[in-house]
Amino acid sequence: MTEFNPRSNPIKLSRRTYLSALGLFGLSSWMAPSLTMAKKPEAMEAIAKIAGSNTIRDGRVNLVIPPLVESGNLVVLKLSIESPMTANDYVKAVHVIAEENPSPNIFTAYFTSRSGRAELTTRVRLADSQRVWAIAQMSDGSFWRGYADTLVTLSACTEMI
Amino acid sequence: MSKTSRTGITMPAQAKKGTIIEIRAIAQHDMETGYRYTEDGKRIPRDIIQLFTCQYNGEEVFRSDFYPGTGANPLIIFTTEAVASGTLVFKWVGDGGYEAVNQAQITVS
Repeated sequence: MTEFNPRSNPIKLSRRTYLSALGLFGLSSWMAPSLTMAKKPEAMEAIAKIAGSNTIRDGRVNLVIPPLVESGNLVVLKLSIESPMTANDYVKAVHVIAEENPSPNIFTAYFTSRSGRAELTTRVRLADSQRVWAIAQMSDGSFWRGYADTLVTLSACTEMI
Repeated sequence: MSKTSRTGITMPAQAKKGTIIEIRAIAQHDMETGYRYTEDGKRIPRDIIQLFTCQYNGEEVFRSDFYPGTGANPLIIFTTEAVASGTLVFKWVGDGGYEAVNQAQITVS
């Protein structure tokens, strides 16, 4: 058996490159489960299903989630929609859709003209760093959307127990 | 999850007519997503609250559908206009026959 000599190694595999490659491999295997369930097309499909043949315009919907969250298990989500909330002009419903969750729908809230304000706070689960959409349906039939991006360091939904 | 569980409502007991009141409604529930596995590889079945409603003197003023993306012990903070004195009834309905009801009184002057 010959002794391993780094200087005679033809591909010059230094300790540093070896260790960084190992680190990358470790990272990729850690991220693999989330890659197998990238659900962006499904989320877009869910959004298309909500709007039907109507076009969704950008604006009026303000979605707030922290830009960086440590645990995706409980993320505070705040939602407010610009609307006078009168008897003939109010927000009917708002759908919250996550691009990378195993199931794109998070929740749907139905307001009425008696809601006073189209505002809502709740806590959601996020499986990964992603963009979250909020689609609002107004009483006049128009659709508006807003989004928020977030980084999640510890994902929810798929952990083992 | 059992057939029912603890719920809590936080809202003002009195309000001036026409003002907008904030209501916080929470239900104790695991909200099992159905996407988790036990150590021996068995999928844990979904067990969530699916529907939350708020009725103000018998008229529905707010409703919400929950999906597995909603966090455990779902908390929902929403608003309604104080129109008259009376009772607000809150109801949660979920998988496995889960049902919880809570109510609160309001005096509107």
